[in-house]
Amino acid sequence: MGIEFRDVGKTYPDGTVAVTGFSCTVPSHRTLALVGTSGSGKTTLMRMVNRMVEPTTGTVLIDERDVLGLDKVELRRSIGYVPQAGGLLPHRRVVDNVATVPVLTGTPRGAARDAALALLERVGLDPALGRRYPAQLSGGQQQRVAVARALAADPNILLMDEPFGAVDPIVRRGLQDQLLQLQAELGKTIVLVTHDIDEAFRLGDEVVILRTGGIVAQAGTPKEIVAAPADDFVRDFIGADRADRALRTVDIDGRSVVVDGDGRPVGVLE
Amino acid sequence: MNLFADALSWITDGSHWGGPGGIDHRIVQHLLVTFAAVAVAAVLALPLGILIGHTGRGRLVVVALAGAVRAVPTLGLLTLLGLALGIGLQAPLLALVALAFPSLLAGAYAGVESADRGAVDAARAVGMSEWQLVTRVEVPLGAEVILGGIRAATLQVVATATLAAYISDTGLGRYLFSGLKSRQYDEMLAGALLVAVLALVLDLTLAALQRASRPTTGKVLS
Amino acid sequence: MSWLEANRDYVLDMLVQHVRLSVPAIVISVVVAIVLGRVAWRWPRVGTVVLGTASLLYSVPALPLLIVIPVLLGIPLRSGLTLVVALAVYGTALLAGTAADAFRSVDGRVREAAEAMGYSRAGLFWKVDLPLAVPVLLSGVRVITVSTVSLVTIGALVGIPSLGNLLTDGFQRDIRAEIVTGVVGTMLLAVVLDVLLVVLGRLATPWRVATPTGGAR
Repeated sequence: MGIEFRDVGKTYPDGTVAVTGFSCTVPSHRTLALVGTSGSGKTTLMRMVNRMVEPTTGTVLIDERDVLGLDKVELRRSIGYVPQAGGLLPHRRVVDNVATVPVLTGTPRGAARDAALALLERVGLDPALGRRYPAQLSGGQQQRVAVARALAADPNILLMDEPFGAVDPIVRRGLQDQLLQLQAELGKTIVLVTHDIDEAFRLGDEVVILRTGGIVAQAGTPKEIVAAPADDFVRDFIGADRADRALRTVDIDGRSVVVDGDGRPVGVLE
Repeated sequence: MNLFADALSWITDGSHWGGPGGIDHRIVQHLLVTFAAVAVAAVLALPLGILIGHTGRGRLVVVALAGAVRAVPTLGLLTLLGLALGIGLQAPLLALVALAFPSLLAGAYAGVESADRGAVDAARAVGMSEWQLVTRVEVPLGAEVILGGIRAATLQVVATATLAAYISDTGLGRYLFSGLKSRQYDEMLAGALLVAVLALVLDLTLAALQRASRPTTGKVLS
Repeated sequence: MSWLEANRDYVLDMLVQHVRLSVPAIVISVVVAIVLGRVAWRWPRVGTVVLGTASLLYSVPALPLLIVIPVLLGIPLRSGLTLVVALAVYGTALLAGTAADAFRSVDGRVREAAEAMGYSRAGLFWKVDLPLAVPVLLSGVRVITVSTVSLVTIGALVGIPSLGNLLTDGFQRDIRAEIVTGVVGTMLLAVVLDVLLVVLGRLATPWRVATPTGGAR
């Protein structure tokens, strides 16, 4: 069950190879973080799930069914999609943005709006903001709306395309916390694309680090990857040698204090 | 389609060439009236447009003027001036100058304003006088847009010069009106085709000029 | 004013004719230009040909066009249909490029997100692309509206009645007031239609009123 990439590859008509021979399974209710630099094929892979991109080789399956055998439009409506910054419909009020997919699938507008207002609250927004247009919200608020919109049709799967990439670090942290809390309650199957390794480690149950051309550099849980980077590329990518990653303990007055590579204290070992 | 053949044979009929009412004569006349009107309007409009573009003052006036002139029925301007000035070349010429003016003004203003502000600032920083700034930086950089204004004005004038034959015996439009009046459809259609071809040739020539005026900044490599 | 008072019915009649000729021409121009602009946006190579042809057509003066069109289509020269077709060709030629620009002006991130949410192809056009193209499209529609209203007057030269008749009749009978009435009437009609378009545009794009910058971010 869940999502399965079975030996998929994508070569664009101009000859660009985005992905080659990628295999991976995302179990239900788990979060897969695809991380890599631009050109690593991470977005291409995510977009194969809702057929925004179709693989040139291999198969993508949802609950054992090949997505190519499903109706494109229905498939997309059944999957929640959180776009990058700027993906809200600028000409629709926030509440109508959130209600988009339910309205597309035939829910009466009034009922869809009521549900949308409740969802806004759920993602930590004042429902009064529902009357505004997206451009009247801050970047962080807009991405909360995007998350609410993706959840509106209560999909089993969420696709997130660098959802928090364009907001400042403090706001990003808040958005990540919110998502973790929602995920704890809702247990969606999530595919998240990010170029931020810290975000991948925070949000992903499984993390796949990709090199250029969609080749897997390393896959595993954040712990496994940090504990044993597969090679120098991964070591470099996750910043294993970075001062704030290489933590050690020192003994001060009988207590184990954790310090980073520069010797600055970051906490106490209980 | 037969009518087109008639019109073509009317054009190729040797008796319609040469002499004061001949096709060659009228083509030259049509072109002369057009160039004269554009030239007079350019002498007035280009310096003013460049000044507005350079100083940034009065741009609202330019925009409003260009918009308002589009709403004026050219035939109305022609007939009013025709009544006021009588039969002759003055009335159509004056009308054509007035119609060419806003396009030229807007083109000159927009051209100068389109010049890269960074380049202008840099030129000022290296010590160019305002005059040098205009003639060596802003006008060359804005040449394509300025020529676009000249192109638009010329097209407008060629078209209106055709209408001008309604109030005075000028240019190719005469064939249109005399054919219309006497129900000589071959003559009328011939006039229409001649004007259309003339306008197309002028437009394509000016478009080529416009392309040639693009500042040569070298090919962008990517 | 006395000329106008004495001829009010005639002027009103010509005004109505003028509206009957200009409005259909404008509507046809907008619809055809949207189709062509969409084609040019979707298939850029076809678009280059379409838009190039449009710009060539636009450089043909209106009066010759008015004479060539009935011959091409086999319709009578002195009919309103001839003028409407000629002006629609003209308006389309002027607007098609703007329509292509209008579709290009729609933020790619918005389109993509909409597609990923499950808009059908038709839904994407009607609910996303078209409404978001309105601001740029409207600027072009305003231009062709004003120029179409002004160009209707030349129909009077070949015998298609409109406010243009006031210009030709006034010239032939040496009545300046009649010409002035024709000119002012035509310009007023253009202004009224333009204001109407601005109001309609506001109603169609409430999100831009709320956010003066109109930006998507």
